[in-house]
Amino acid sequence: MSTLTIDGNEATARVSYRLNEVIALYPITPASPMGEWADAWRSEGRPNLWGTVPEIVELQSEAGAAGTVHGALQAGSLTTTFTASQGLLLMIPNLYKLAGELTPAVLHVAARSLAAQGLSIFGDHSDVMAVRGTGCAILCANNVQEAGDLAAIATRASLHSRLPFLHMFDGFRTSHEIQKVEAIEDEVLRQLIPEQAIAAHRQRALSPDHPVLRGTAQNPDVYFQARETVNRFYDAAPAVVAEAMDAFAALTGRAYAPYDYVGPADAERVLVLMGSGCETAVETAEALQANGEKVGVLKVRLYRPFSNARLIQALPASTRAIAVLDRCKEPGAGGEPLYLDVVAAVAEEWERQHGGGAPLPRVVGGRYGLSSKEFTPAMVKAVFDHLCGEDPLNHFTVGIHDDLTHRSLPWEDGFVTEAPGEVRAVFYGLGSDGTVGANKSTIKIIGESTDLHAQGYFVYDSKKSGSVTVSHLRFGPRPIRSTYLIQRPTLVACHQWDFLGRFDLLAGLETGGILLLNSPYPAAESWRRLPEAMRTTIRAKQLKVWIINASQVAMEAGMGFHINTVMQACFFAVSGVLPREEAIERIRTAIVKTYGRKGEAVVAMNLRALDASLDHLEELAYADLPIVLGEGGLELAASDERLAAAPAFVRDVIAPMLERRGDELPVSALPCDGTFPVGTSRWEKRNIAESIPVWEDDLCVQCGKCVMVCPHAVIRAKVVEPGALATAPEGFRRAPARDHDFEGQTFTIQVGAEDCTGCALCVEVCPARDRTEPKRKAINMAPQRPLREQARGHWDFFLSLPEAPCAALNLRKIGQQQLQQPLFEFSGACGGCGETPYLKLATQLFGDRMMIANATGCSSIYGGNLPTTPWTTNAEGRGPSWSNSLFEDNAEFGFGMRVAVDQQRQMAGELLSLLALPAKLVEAILGADQSDEAGIFAQRQRVAQLKTLLQEQDAASGSPAARLLSVADALVKRSVWLVGGDGWAYDIGFGGLDHVLASGRDVNALVLDTEVYSNTGGQASKATPRAAVAKFAAAGKAAPKKDLGLMAMTYGSVYVASVAMGARDEHTVRAFLEAESYPGPSLIIAYSHCIAHGITMARGMAHQQAAVDSGRWLLYRYDPRRAERGENPLQLDSRAPSRPLAETMAEENRFRMLRFSQPQLARQLERQAQQELDRRWGLYRALASQDCGPTATTTGATQP
Amino acid sequence: MSPDLSTTYLGLELRSPLVVGAAAPLSEDIDQLMALEQAGAAAVVLHSLFEEQIERDQLDLHQMGMQGAESYGEALSYVPEQALFHVGYDLYLNHVSEARERLSIPVIASLNGTSPGSWVRCARQLEDAGAQAIELNLYAIPTDPDLSSAAIENQVEEVVAEVRAEVKLPLAVKLGPFFTNFSAMARRLAAAGADGLVLFNRFYQPDIDIETLEVRPNLLLSTPHDLRLPLRWIALLHGRHPLDLAATSGVQRGTDVVRLLMAGACVTQIVAALLRHGPQRLAVIEAELSQWLEDHDHATARELIGCMSQQRCPDPSEYERAQYMRAIQTFHPMAP
Repeated sequence: MSTLTIDGNEATARVSYRLNEVIALYPITPASPMGEWADAWRSEGRPNLWGTVPEIVELQSEAGAAGTVHGALQAGSLTTTFTASQGLLLMIPNLYKLAGELTPAVLHVAARSLAAQGLSIFGDHSDVMAVRGTGCAILCANNVQEAGDLAAIATRASLHSRLPFLHMFDGFRTSHEIQKVEAIEDEVLRQLIPEQAIAAHRQRALSPDHPVLRGTAQNPDVYFQARETVNRFYDAAPAVVAEAMDAFAALTGRAYAPYDYVGPADAERVLVLMGSGCETAVETAEALQANGEKVGVLKVRLYRPFSNARLIQALPASTRAIAVLDRCKEPGAGGEPLYLDVVAAVAEEWERQHGGGAPLPRVVGGRYGLSSKEFTPAMVKAVFDHLCGEDPLNHFTVGIHDDLTHRSLPWEDGFVTEAPGEVRAVFYGLGSDGTVGANKSTIKIIGESTDLHAQGYFVYDSKKSGSVTVSHLRFGPRPIRSTYLIQRPTLVACHQWDFLGRFDLLAGLETGGILLLNSPYPAAESWRRLPEAMRTTIRAKQLKVWIINASQVAMEAGMGFHINTVMQACFFAVSGVLPREEAIERIRTAIVKTYGRKGEAVVAMNLRALDASLDHLEELAYADLPIVLGEGGLELAASDERLAAAPAFVRDVIAPMLERRGDELPVSALPCDGTFPVGTSRWEKRNIAESIPVWEDDLCVQCGKCVMVCPHAVIRAKVVEPGALATAPEGFRRAPARDHDFEGQTFTIQVGAEDCTGCALCVEVCPARDRTEPKRKAINMAPQRPLREQARGHWDFFLSLPEAPCAALNLRKIGQQQLQQPLFEFSGACGGCGETPYLKLATQLFGDRMMIANATGCSSIYGGNLPTTPWTTNAEGRGPSWSNSLFEDNAEFGFGMRVAVDQQRQMAGELLSLLALPAKLVEAILGADQSDEAGIFAQRQRVAQLKTLLQEQDAASGSPAARLLSVADALVKRSVWLVGGDGWAYDIGFGGLDHVLASGRDVNALVLDTEVYSNTGGQASKATPRAAVAKFAAAGKAAPKKDLGLMAMTYGSVYVASVAMGARDEHTVRAFLEAESYPGPSLIIAYSHCIAHGITMARGMAHQQAAVDSGRWLLYRYDPRRAERGENPLQLDSRAPSRPLAETMAEENRFRMLRFSQPQLARQLERQAQQELDRRWGLYRALASQDCGPTATTTGATQP
Repeated sequence: MSPDLSTTYLGLELRSPLVVGAAAPLSEDIDQLMALEQAGAAAVVLHSLFEEQIERDQLDLHQMGMQGAESYGEALSYVPEQALFHVGYDLYLNHVSEARERLSIPVIASLNGTSPGSWVRCARQLEDAGAQAIELNLYAIPTDPDLSSAAIENQVEEVVAEVRAEVKLPLAVKLGPFFTNFSAMARRLAAAGADGLVLFNRFYQPDIDIETLEVRPNLLLSTPHDLRLPLRWIALLHGRHPLDLAATSGVQRGTDVVRLLMAGACVTQIVAALLRHGPQRLAVIEAELSQWLEDHDHATARELIGCMSQQRCPDPSEYERAQYMRAIQTFHPMAP
């Protein structure tokens, strides 16, 4: 039997791909990789089991995918999809249909949390439990091996039973965990899959050759009876599943049961659960059994149809207490789903199965592991111990500290069951340094070329720049069942020196263990610079410490910041998992194999790095070095000091999360409704930039471009009276203000060095050069570390300087506009992000009155993923109020905000005239012109006055005054923004967006158009341009980009703008101002360069310019107000294309790569794209040049 | 009866001396190659397979695959991995094969590199793919002050010898003119195994944008003036070394071809005129060449080859330094 070292997604996809003919997809974490594997294999022309290449289609949403699955099944094809979380919920209507029509199919679910008080991409059973009533069978795999095996078993069972199956496994813990597994050969599948049942499925399919009617509408006379017709299928299904498992076991030797009891026959305490937690539970139970405890574990694999009889049969008659663990929460229910099912099973079947002699066991339920919360042996033991009590608490939790309702069980961290003889290695790296990739390679090397078992699990944080990754690798002679993070590492590798001061790296590291450090310093200096506590632990635990300057070795080998190969070689050299020489040879072979397809140059580069690695690796002989006390750890102390000034919530709740101690937070620390304070990203100070911009005051022309493009708001400008700088710290740079409006004042630009990502976008756009040495610009990159301390002081002083009064600024001049305070800062977006400059601009212009509905996607992640948020407030405490509902409903979500605010304003207006208030004030409020900053400022003053007056009146609850007080703020202009990416606006949310635009309401839709699903890893959307390579469009997108702007213009009542900041920044500002001022719906489509474009992000703005120069992206504004004035509403702001499209496409790898893979096709698509571009340019030019007389259209504003 | 335009180059019998020179816009599309053949091309030199370009592309796409990868749980990569696996010699080799299959005229592959290395192995693969000759394009801008001109010349010779060792195919070497003694270089190359020389490689020189203070690449197509340099050196080399000579740069008209043949070229390579005017320009040049031969009672183009080389022209010194001196001495500025 051959083995593979793969993750659960791949294990599933390998089976599913071979057993299906149609695959309908929509990307969603953590299920996306299954679809991506399938797409990759299809691109290679890999056939399924029957020799045909499956058809793979990407839909606009999970609802669309489910509809397509339903249709394909009705047409008789073997069909599947892969999904998770709210995506699965979007399929619910069709799941009922599939089941109701007895349609065999297996849909694969990487089970994930549902967005409730907050979204989570991580694993639990909330999604699957939410569809348990659909009639679909649910089969749960507990580990990577089972994921593949049960995918096959489910297919046989579905075809035989005619029930659609949801095959589920835990998101991330199984979907993304790499394990060494036994492969399932084609021959096994051939013997397993019943051809006759497939033929029957085809025979039942819709066909005009033997037409039938399916999908009728039924009346009260027969619906009920018809619903009962399926009972026999459900009654038979558990036996069908058991038969499929037996058949599979006969073919492979791997035996499963729908309800698998593991433990002694005389067990008294039994845990019942499903999913990856079973593995840890069994590992723990076995450790406890070894100590004589009578404990066992019942693994539930078949959750629906739930077989009470089979489950009770599986339990030993000696069972006295059962703890049912659910990996979900059903607030308000009598218990969680599995618990209730087990209670019912015990009540119904215990006596029947075990006779009257066996007393009915006590059953308690508990929750564990939500959102991939750790579930460790200590927690399992806590549950078993809990069952020993006389009256164990029911509906408990385990794994958290519930200090509010006191339902959590305590556990002993010291209880560990990790096997002796294992190598357990934990690696701390940056996402950008290649650590995870190296570790995946290591697992494959060991898994595929030795007899050792291997496991890898990877923890990512939620930042897209400077993200920290922690890899957990286990290797050992026995199968590895530990589905939890490593608790007692034998080796810790720290791939980034700065982490030493941030994380407790040595926690749990075994005495005599190994510490591998990537250090920029020589050995002795490294020792001196280690935090003192770390040196003490190293000595106490007698660790072996190895040092290498991997960054230097990698740089010299041409690998840039990727230290993957270097650190991988060092790991093998010091870990002892394989003999050193053998290990290096295996890496060499792996490099040739892995990178061979990418070319000799890539292979050579990695081999150079490999060969150089061991020469630079040295053991730190600290015993010979002097004991240095009181040094090291300085940076950690500094960051502690900074947090001392933070609000209590940041110190008490945010800070532990930042320090990766969020698991320690008790329930009481967290908001009960998902509401968090804003302005928290400023406390992070991630210090992730190698180099930062340095401003040259003598060269700067004060144009504001660097400030404008900075994606993280770390470059800021202010103009102040010279006296304000009297107390400026030494070296604080400044220059006389050049703008005549600021005559006599002083201009300064400062850089938030500790928040900068080092993207260099600012340097690229800087137009000012030293005329005598043009390589010196007015802003240049320089190493951050030496500048950090001084820059920190300068930044703090800069922030203390007064902000520019917005009402006095000329917002059409970038240099002045960019003096506005951004209320979006220091996000976790990618370095050089093309989206965030637009968001930042919007907050500068309108932040104090913005309400933002943010579609799920990149912007919701860098905007709202804990621990911190970049959305912040001004000195008055005003700023954008932000919320994320879902991916698909964002336009409607924001529309709801608008409707509510309009209604509140109407109520306020009505109440104003009811109450005895100064007539002049009421008149001024109701007639206020709020079309500019000054008008809004004046209205705020009036409303403040009104509120003071109201507070003096009868403010009893329910009185008119009190009611007016509660809605008075709505009398000040609110700017409602619908923000999202192209996946939302062009695909999943298009219907809603279209409806809202047609409503005439005053909303502003900002589409951050990256032309691809960026957040889930680069899948094609309908915004993806023709010829671009993306996931699900590996052969280049064959269809043109949807012209969303043109569609919106057809209403005639929607303000539409297409902008590209990198091409014309003042045009962008103008469009934002016009859109916001338009008293109806506005749509801004903003070109956003993206990491998925295959570009150097520092050149992002130049790519925007190229897109406009070629005509691929048009700049225009369509303003219905112009039509009312008899002018053409469309202003085409682009010049005629000045560069060939193909030339600019060649500058982006997303287009260029197709020239390598399919050059003829690339040329053909490029030609088509150029023709479309020419036609589109002609159309827009014609539309913009039409002579428009006065017309009755249209400011669709339906102002209340 | 029309004159016989046929010639022989690198052992290949060609219907005329009009060869399409190496340029991607002319040869990377098979349909375009077919059009050129239709318009009268006698042979085609495919665009260059650049050693450096391939390395750069490989590393570039590798970096693209790594960019942002394995950093964030929702997006462990940003590009379809399988799309990254095609950068290398395969694409070019397939192109050679397809060109051979679809064209009836000889297909000459072009290999561009700067230093000895494993890439020369590709020459054999080109042979296997069906190339009928190889044009080895050697060009680098040496900027290392410690690198002597002798070392550079040795390196050039070494590369030619390595490629020669790899293949039996006819081998032409395309060089720039910047050698201390080009004639000596030609002799060394012939000894190293070259069968022909292509004179000269023409480089894209950067320009300065005086407004933005940036250095920018600036593609200038050749003009008829550019043929003077190859003309001189072809005339100087013709008959002195066992090398076929091909002229490139500045061939716009039939009379340009005549001049270069007279200097000693077996063929002329044409690029700029085709980029400017399209494939049909070949037919025009051929007609002009044919007409000139006819007007001057030449039955064959071969008769012209080398008739004005330094060895056979009336005044050999015209091709040497004296020619420059005379040009200066006889130059009379226009009256203001």
